[in-house]
Amino acid sequence: MIPSMPRPLAYRLIYGAYVTLFFVYLALPLAVVAVFAFNDSVFPALPWEGFTWNWFFGDARPQIGVFHERRILRAIGTSVLVGACVSALSLVVGTSNAFLFNRYRFRGRGLLYVLMLLPLVIPGIVLGISILVFSSTVANAAWDAWEWDLVALRPGLVLVILGQFSFITTIATLVISARLQKFDRSLEEAALNLGAGRLTAVRTVTLPFLAPALVGAFVVAFLMSFENFNTTLMLVGSDAPLTIAMFDRLKEGSTPLLNAVSLLLMLGSSVLALTMIVFQRR
Amino acid sequence: MRAGTRLGFVLLIAPLLLWLVLLIVIPHVDLALLSLRERVGVGEYAVSMANYRTFLDEPLYLWTFLRTAVMAVLATAITLVIGFPVSFYIAKIARGRVQSALFLLCLVPFWVSELVRTFGWMILLRETGLISGLLQWLGLTDGPVEMLYNDAAMMVGLVYTSMLFMVVPLVTTLESLDDGIIEAGYDLGGSGPSVLREIIIPHAVPGIVAGSIVVFMLSLGNYLTPTMLGGKDSLWFTELIYSQFIVRFNWELGAAFGFLLLVLSSVIVWAMLRLTGQTLEKTMGSA
Amino acid sequence: MSAPDLECSALMKQFDGVTAVDDVSFTVPRGSFFSILGPSGCGKTTIMRMIAGFLEPTSGDIRIRGGSVIDVPPNKRNVNMVFQHLALFPMMNVADNIGYGLRRKRLPRAEIAHRVDAVLERIGLPGIGPRQVAELSGGQKQRVAIARCMVLEPDVLLLDEPLGALDLKLRERMKIELKALQADFGTTFVYITHDQSEALVMSDRIAVMNAGRFEQLGNARDLYYRPETAFVAGFVGDSNRWRGRVARVSGGIAEMQADDGLTLRAALRGVSAAGDRAEIFVRPELVLPGHDPADLAGCDNRLSGEVTDILFNGAASRALLRCVETGTVLEMALPQSGRFAGLGRGDRVQVGWAADQAACFPERGTDAGLAGAG
Repeated sequence: MIPSMPRPLAYRLIYGAYVTLFFVYLALPLAVVAVFAFNDSVFPALPWEGFTWNWFFGDARPQIGVFHERRILRAIGTSVLVGACVSALSLVVGTSNAFLFNRYRFRGRGLLYVLMLLPLVIPGIVLGISILVFSSTVANAAWDAWEWDLVALRPGLVLVILGQFSFITTIATLVISARLQKFDRSLEEAALNLGAGRLTAVRTVTLPFLAPALVGAFVVAFLMSFENFNTTLMLVGSDAPLTIAMFDRLKEGSTPLLNAVSLLLMLGSSVLALTMIVFQRR
Repeated sequence: MRAGTRLGFVLLIAPLLLWLVLLIVIPHVDLALLSLRERVGVGEYAVSMANYRTFLDEPLYLWTFLRTAVMAVLATAITLVIGFPVSFYIAKIARGRVQSALFLLCLVPFWVSELVRTFGWMILLRETGLISGLLQWLGLTDGPVEMLYNDAAMMVGLVYTSMLFMVVPLVTTLESLDDGIIEAGYDLGGSGPSVLREIIIPHAVPGIVAGSIVVFMLSLGNYLTPTMLGGKDSLWFTELIYSQFIVRFNWELGAAFGFLLLVLSSVIVWAMLRLTGQTLEKTMGSA
Repeated sequence: MSAPDLECSALMKQFDGVTAVDDVSFTVPRGSFFSILGPSGCGKTTIMRMIAGFLEPTSGDIRIRGGSVIDVPPNKRNVNMVFQHLALFPMMNVADNIGYGLRRKRLPRAEIAHRVDAVLERIGLPGIGPRQVAELSGGQKQRVAIARCMVLEPDVLLLDEPLGALDLKLRERMKIELKALQADFGTTFVYITHDQSEALVMSDRIAVMNAGRFEQLGNARDLYYRPETAFVAGFVGDSNRWRGRVARVSGGIAEMQADDGLTLRAALRGVSAAGDRAEIFVRPELVLPGHDPADLAGCDNRLSGEVTDILFNGAASRALLRCVETGTVLEMALPQSGRFAGLGRGDRVQVGWAADQAACFPERGTDAGLAGAG
């Protein structure tokens, strides 16, 4: 099993072939999506009609490229906006949570910690409808009582942001907590001993130590927000983020335009993820 | 607590409480209340179990519910069986650069949206797709073969989508198993299967549980894969929730469905933790 | 005449062209305690892993009770190993750990329970079977790890620096206990360590290993009093050492002009001629102090030194001297008689030693003296 255990050649070959096959299985769908982004045909399917860049830069029907397709560009903009808001919010709350659980022992701490983990084991779609239901209850109550129309609480970007934030915060908390646990408290005490105030000590010693985790949490939160589907589906209004816009397109029938968008998405997330890895190695 | 730390405590606990109470606890309570509401006239409502009765009376609803549960368990089991040997290879057999490269390769597909992954499988499996084309080219079939829109296609997609969440915790726990322990197993006369059964799997239990919980949750709550890859007969419970909320606008029944899904997932997660003697804190911390 | 329990012949192991074990041969007679002593990286772990079956030798043969085990996988060799970090299975309790190998032999459950109890009794830990591994003390873990192997009645028990993780006091106790256990079970032990005192105290025979080869093979006294190579002289026990050039050789005694200017005489080990580079080793306890020259009448080597420090350590107390003429620092054991109990920093003292109590070796790195182990 492990290298120090002598094994027959056949065993090692079969095992190696299995692992190879596994990685083919992982890579195949993505490779196919990427390749057909360059098919000079209106279907992302065989036969291969030749190579074209039109699905990226084309501006004439039927081959309108990504960069000339308003709806897709708008959806990308919406996704970036939502992602940025969600990441920023969950980073702030996640950091605060991490400090709370790391630094304070209080009654109900265990219960709160389990509650904090719960969003991970609630199906996304249930999270979506519960927030939808509650916000409608509030909005309806406000209308009945004072005839206020709280537009923000109707399906739309605000709800999408809140919905994604509600479970991405848990992940941000876990990422930041993991690093905060490795922090040596005596470093902070040393800073206090050298004349820093409590906040200054945290700002000058603890936060720089946390920086890789903060960047990591931000990127992970952004990616998760960008590709979230289930929660968003229940809360979306007229401004659709990219995944929803693509889903609607896909239901109508697919064209290599979707492949082109997908390829850009792959490149974008890879670049983000690699940046994060490089940053954390430093 | 000193005045300073007390203020700090209040400032730190406030966002946590706001988040949990306003976005998690109250909305779910509200959802539960809504599911217990029955419309008796225009603008008139009464508390009743009518929605749950509807669920039990309508065979399609109950059948879909059970089917979804069984299929999600099945998807979890398949993911575990496929992912375990690969995780073991990455954790214990590959070394150095190869090891980190393989691990990274496992992560790559999950940096892109689930929609893109599902789309990839559609291109592969459909009638005009690559696999159908390949089979024709090889002469194995005469005409195009439709491999999409059935349970098998859906299972392929579900397993694919969840794989990362099984492999990562498995690799992490398996890596923490000292090679010496495995060698000791062989040294004392153990064979491959007995070492696997008595040493490797017991050690990997926390990873197996963490991975299984997440994969089960993701499969159960999945909407995209069953919708896009599954057929007319492979209805998923989340699709019922969506249609009650968005298409039929019957929020009361939809809320009941949502609540049932939540209960189902909680019960199975709880049972899994109980059976293996794990806790949510430990399990999710390691995932 | 039965075959020895373990016999390695011309054992060789190369990793990517680097030779880790170079032509090593030895036999371990039945029921003896054999140690391989060497610095880390000398290849001793490689030998042990080849015997256990986790590494395949590049060439050479390993025979256990006369039969070659080269093609036998580790789980089929009647050799067991106590791992460096013990490798007790954390997912099992003590009884299941010890019963693991017996279960592999498919013994009936009652028989396993009986044997486990018997071996626990024997290692002096009756009744701890139901305990978890994590609840045991360091010494208990040690004994359980040995019991887990001994219950299988192996032909050879391999021990890979098992005492390394223990604190000093416990280590001293375990040395004695291990030796007693070995005598009690009568099993052949092969023990590897970098700690000379472990090897010296416990072993019947010791191989000193360096850079993939055996430098010398013998009992503890041989190694300490009659080192055959400069490496052994330097590695086993403490020594004062001088480097220099041989001035002449007569009657087995070499006279060396040391690099610091002293002229020293010592018994010549190995082959050397006038003009060759050489090293002289003198044990601190053989350096004798004297108040006046008459005390040192029998010493061929004499010098006067100034005490720079007293390292008091009970019976093992030492004095550091700086040689008045050359400034070289040497170490001297303080005699137990108490005659020099008043010695203090700054005192002048005459010291000396007999030529036949010092050893002169051709300097390492020259091929001449590195005649292999016996």
